[in-house]
Amino acid sequence: MAQSQALKEADTLLELENVHMYFGKVAALIGVDIQVKKGEIHSIIGPNGAGKTVMMNCINGLYSPQKGTIRYKGEVINPLKPHMRAELGISRTFQKIELFGGLSVLDNIRLGRHIHLKSGIFSGSFYLGKTKKEEIESRQFIEEEIIDLLEIESIRDKTVHMLPYGLQKRVELGRALALEPEILLLDEPLAGLNLEEVEDMARFILDINEEERWKVTCILVEHDMGVVMDISHQVLVLNFGNRIAGGPPGEVQKNPEVIKAYLGEEDLYSTRR
Amino acid sequence: MSGSSMEISKDLTIPKLFLSQCRRYGRNKVAMREKEFGVWIPYTWQDYYENVKYLTLGMMELGLKQGDKVSMIGDNRPEGLWAEMATLCAGGTAVWLFQDCMMDEVKYIIDHSDTKFFVGEGQEEVDKALSIKDDCPKLEKIVWDDPKGMRNYHQDFLISMHEIQRIGREVEKREPDLFEKTIEKGHGDDICLLFYTSGTTSLPKGALLSHWNMLTMGRNLMAVDPCRDTDDFVSYLPFAWIGEQMMSISCGLQVGYTLNFPEEPVTAQENIREIGPHVMFAPPRLYEGLTRQVQVKYIDATWIKRKIYEFGTKIGYRMANLQFDKQPVPFQVRFLNWIAYWLMQKKLKDHLGMSRLRHAYTGGAAMGPDHFRFFHALGVNLKQIYGQTEIAGISIVHRDGDVKFDTVGTPIPETEVKITEEGEIISKSPSVFLGYYKNDEATRETLVDGWLYSGDRGFIDEDGHLVVFDRSKDVMTLSDGRPFSPQYLETRLKFSPYISEAWVIGDKRDYVVAVMCIDYSVVGKWADEKKLNYTSYHELTQKEQVYDLVQAQIEEANKDLPEPARIRRFVNLYKVFDADDEELTRTSKLRRAFVENRYKDIVQALYADTDTVHMDTTITYEDGREQRIKTDLQVRKIFD
Repeated sequence: MAQSQALKEADTLLELENVHMYFGKVAALIGVDIQVKKGEIHSIIGPNGAGKTVMMNCINGLYSPQKGTIRYKGEVINPLKPHMRAELGISRTFQKIELFGGLSVLDNIRLGRHIHLKSGIFSGSFYLGKTKKEEIESRQFIEEEIIDLLEIESIRDKTVHMLPYGLQKRVELGRALALEPEILLLDEPLAGLNLEEVEDMARFILDINEEERWKVTCILVEHDMGVVMDISHQVLVLNFGNRIAGGPPGEVQKNPEVIKAYLGEEDLYSTRR
Repeated sequence: MSGSSMEISKDLTIPKLFLSQCRRYGRNKVAMREKEFGVWIPYTWQDYYENVKYLTLGMMELGLKQGDKVSMIGDNRPEGLWAEMATLCAGGTAVWLFQDCMMDEVKYIIDHSDTKFFVGEGQEEVDKALSIKDDCPKLEKIVWDDPKGMRNYHQDFLISMHEIQRIGREVEKREPDLFEKTIEKGHGDDICLLFYTSGTTSLPKGALLSHWNMLTMGRNLMAVDPCRDTDDFVSYLPFAWIGEQMMSISCGLQVGYTLNFPEEPVTAQENIREIGPHVMFAPPRLYEGLTRQVQVKYIDATWIKRKIYEFGTKIGYRMANLQFDKQPVPFQVRFLNWIAYWLMQKKLKDHLGMSRLRHAYTGGAAMGPDHFRFFHALGVNLKQIYGQTEIAGISIVHRDGDVKFDTVGTPIPETEVKITEEGEIISKSPSVFLGYYKNDEATRETLVDGWLYSGDRGFIDEDGHLVVFDRSKDVMTLSDGRPFSPQYLETRLKFSPYISEAWVIGDKRDYVVAVMCIDYSVVGKWADEKKLNYTSYHELTQKEQVYDLVQAQIEEANKDLPEPARIRRFVNLYKVFDADDEELTRTSKLRRAFVENRYKDIVQALYADTDTVHMDTTITYEDGREQRIKTDLQVRKIFD
């Protein structure tokens, strides 16, 4: 029993226990629990205002919940600031793109790499051995692992705000990956994309999750039920800050509570066409 | 010609030449470069040799025998070329497919060619092959080289290029001289390529080309315009186009110049600029695109830049016209041109990647005289090539200093060109193909006593230059009984940056009309500046102001035409002609019979007394999705 408990804990990468989050008197999250296992794509769905993004913000430290604990690899991370959580391997993308519009694609991605650059100001000013080595390694990583994966070779030198929305979303994913995260929070990565872009993005998420090189655990907030049900291992359903269901996609889809919460959206499996 | 020391004989094959060049250059010279991960990665001739060798041995071990067909698809990349060379080394026949082929075309070619091995680039190509595998029983192995996305594919007929090369290395340990011995067995008359011609009218036909065909073609072209082994060539047009085979395989191997592969098809133009090739061969579409790019930049430029450009082109045109007319160029024109060169031409050429260009060729379709003049005015030595897949790509080319923009030039060595009594162009040379694969009837029609019947009409002018009129079936008869080439008019219309495609109709009709496709990005930008609202291509085409704009372009082209040849009415089409809709061939030639049938309502309306035509049709996308379009198109009268 103790052994299986230990195994379970080792398996669990991120855990939220009884998390409450209020904005004044508005309850955004009411005692939410989630256990994200290593290697999963764990989706969070729910109608607008259900508390999905609040939950993401709690995980990455933009918000601190009033009550409850957040554990990452068994350690409580509640007191840590976002950048400290980033150093632990928690990376994210945003629902509304938060890139540096005036910088090039490459510079935006490089920025995500920043926490991995350790050389000091002196060696940096003169581009000495250590900085040089680091820079070359970092360049290689960005080119071979990220730009190649996301197929953005043709835009690497373009200024971000000149790019179409679908490509900006890709660049944002690229920046999140530059961190070499262990867990990646994706906040509506498919919103506003056309069918072809959705297919591409879903493929990238699968690549990041399955490819031996990456094996990144993903937490996905998304409204595109077709994609969510296709690629998720686990789905958590929120409604008005409450967890109303959770489990593998097949189970969640049949849950009457979920269907009720989604009243009006006749078919949970319907997707944009 | 520098480079090859080998005499082209009937005994020589492409692999034998490959072997001798690899021995000659070894590790001392770069055979090819590929831009990958943002940097140019070089491969020496030794790398080329080893990659091809192990691939050959591996494929032989997996059952590739002499005469077997290997089909290849994918972007231009070293692995694609290695696969082709390995096929030839093993005595097989290479078949190339266009990267954007629709599924039924892929299926037809794989099945018709009896393909045994399919070499694709990555997941996308493998998916194509998998979807037709059941319909093509002769297909045994599907090969891929890019592992991205391939982690969940475990079928036993799938194999990576890497794995084949590993097998090849083991075979080499067992039989160290098998590779060289296999190559020795080859003969110049063996078939090396099975090339499917796009066909403006019917199903693709497979032309069989021998090593001798390909090698003599390269030798004869290089005799006209010698290249050096220090030259650079950028390989970015589909290998399934004979022109690319001609430059990358035949000429490239004989001369030993360096092939450069762009990072991605979309970065090709940027990569060309980085390399600055010495030789270039591309279909007119590409040059038209470059011209449009310059014209658009000109419209956007500041006042001073526009003035400098105007000055530069004015002088350039004067210089080019004198040279076209073979007149002596006065000193002051030379001097002004020298100034224009430093002020404008040099920079512009650099942006187009043409700074070091010695020979630029165009071929595959007709190119308008306006485009020709444009490039010569920039000091680019652009020349026309004429030929067919069936003659290994080339039979006629312009000579330096003897370029006439309305002709295609004079025959290359060892090539005879004649005009039959019916006006058809026929040619004879060592490069004339062996026949169509499994199609004796078509072979009999095309190949008579060693003469290749091209199906093109033309004549030989007083200077011995060939003038290609048009495909025989495409020549129009005007209302006054005069023959006329619609292509000529279309290329003139396409010189306008606002027009991307044009289709001129008027055969045995009272007057000439046209169906126009506007260039979405250029006209879109123009409309933005004019504050015109539109949400789609289709809506933009039907704007009154856009009709005015297109009419102005047509009137410009109409100007120096005889009255009966002038376009009187036109329609802006709601979409651009596309190869996926079978309106163009894969090499971007208009399939007239097809569009005539597809848009018969429009043609009818153009000749009826009506202002609008109702359309109800379906568009097919590359991934097979379809969209229905219902719309009314305006018919515009220019004059009565």
